[in-house]
Amino acid sequence: MKNTGIWFVRIAFVLLIAGLLFGHLASESYNQTTAKDGVMGFLSLRPLHVSCAYLGIISAGIGFVSMILQSRKSTTFGRRLQYIQLALWVLALTGIFHSYFTGNFGGREYWEFDPIWAIPLFLSFIVFLIYFLHQVELKEKWPVYQWMWLTGIIFFIFTFVENYLWVIPYFRAQFITDMTIQWKVNGSLVGAVNQLIYGVAFYLMEKISGNNKTSFQKLSYAFYFLGLFNLMFNWGHHIYLLPTEKYIHYIAYGVSMTEWIILLRIFYKWSGQIKENKQHYFFFPYRFLMAADYWVIINLAMGILMSIPAINLYTHGTHITVGHAMGTTIGINVMIILASAFYFFKPSFKNGKALKFNSTLFWIVQGTLFLFLISLMGMGVHRAIWQAGLSTDSFSQMMDGSKTWSLSFITAGLLLAVSMGYFFVYILVQSWRKNRCPAD
Amino acid sequence: MATFPQIRTRHFFVFLVCCFLTYSFWIYSVPYFKPNQLTSREQNLVSEGRLVLQKYNCHTCHQIYGLGGYLGPDLTNVYSRRNQNEDYLKAIIHSGVRQMPAFKMSELEMTSLLAFLKNLDATGNADVTKYQPESIGTFTLTK
Repeated sequence: MKNTGIWFVRIAFVLLIAGLLFGHLASESYNQTTAKDGVMGFLSLRPLHVSCAYLGIISAGIGFVSMILQSRKSTTFGRRLQYIQLALWVLALTGIFHSYFTGNFGGREYWEFDPIWAIPLFLSFIVFLIYFLHQVELKEKWPVYQWMWLTGIIFFIFTFVENYLWVIPYFRAQFITDMTIQWKVNGSLVGAVNQLIYGVAFYLMEKISGNNKTSFQKLSYAFYFLGLFNLMFNWGHHIYLLPTEKYIHYIAYGVSMTEWIILLRIFYKWSGQIKENKQHYFFFPYRFLMAADYWVIINLAMGILMSIPAINLYTHGTHITVGHAMGTTIGINVMIILASAFYFFKPSFKNGKALKFNSTLFWIVQGTLFLFLISLMGMGVHRAIWQAGLSTDSFSQMMDGSKTWSLSFITAGLLLAVSMGYFFVYILVQSWRKNRCPAD
Repeated sequence: MATFPQIRTRHFFVFLVCCFLTYSFWIYSVPYFKPNQLTSREQNLVSEGRLVLQKYNCHTCHQIYGLGGYLGPDLTNVYSRRNQNEDYLKAIIHSGVRQMPAFKMSELEMTSLLAFLKNLDATGNADVTKYQPESIGTFTLTK
């Protein structure tokens, strides 16, 4: 096994396929069964779905970064580090899924497994940090994506430790502080993972365009720091309703509003973007990056609006938040992962029929994702109206009232799972057929 | 030798990290500066109750201050929703309702969970209708 990075990517796609399956089963059980019914109820299916998707995205990030770094130099020490990292990762995943399948919960939202399995996960990232520092030239000027990867790794390690502060009684002593830390972690961890994934996207854009100057431009660094600033301080928008210290809310509100700069820049560069899209349209890795760009616009606009406390008051705790989360994970992270996978395993189609078939499926994925998000928005608006006191229905009546939206959510979700699942399986097969890396 | 722009990037990175660490440790120190009013026994019970919530994965379906699952109602103020509330909550947990299954909890787990829910209820209000949006985009508790 010369290339452990590719194994992380394979694990990622297996997890993402499992995530689709558990997600569909969870959505079915959400509607039709009780929480513990059947072989596995909603209580197990939701954590399984979330963990498969989350850990799949993290595995892909590690995999692609490792594949790129691996091409720089090969030493015995580096290879040993990679084996140790992979072994720890597989051990953690085995423990996590054993924990879920046996119903041995005890962790918190998104990390419901027995906390003991957080140890190999944490150690694996420590080894990854050592490997990263071993592979890069510390004295050279770094491209911006290398900074993003370092940021992702360091912040993952820090926030992951923070994620388990609750095991110390001092941090559980005050519920409000405990909850503040819990959502500080959830916000920052997503930011850390995004730094890994967006760094890979930056690397791909550099390779596709053939212009490596963009990774060293001052503007690129400025936007990197803007992202880092938001990772560190905007997480408070998750907890506007929580009666924590007011300054946490004000800092989050103020920092979140700096994201308007990113949105305005996208619109400023709009015509150039359209021209570039037309130029590279038939190159599959670029096409997924292009899709991610458009989903960024939708989700960034939504995210900024939801970061305004007066709007957040009504959208918070509704499916609008889920729509935003799904939009970013599927629309942005998964599209970048697919772009990277196509770049490394299958950059182009020589057969016209295969190109046409995959192009059709590409558009089906985008269309069903859009319908899926619209359904979640519908459910969210329905709940928001009830939460705002504009409906006198009981909670159960309100839930029954959104059956049409939830049916549309399940249908669009199933179509999305099938079409996206095809790409996951296809890439998985290609990873064995073409065991090569253009970074070489 | 490192180039000038690289030094600036590193310095700025270290500066932001220092700000982030200061902010983080400031948040960790809040319980130290604002000690709890509960007795040590009550405190232990509340603390254990939070772990019971995690053990039975309640957040998969329920929210606290709007954070959590979507299948069941928000639990923030469930403790004060009606009279004889502890008995009502015990009955719901033991026998289940609609999609919520029956949970077989020990007496100690049930006591801890109820102590946690009572403490949670006292921390604030999660009812959106009790808040008023303001012109600067924030909101305040009015009722």
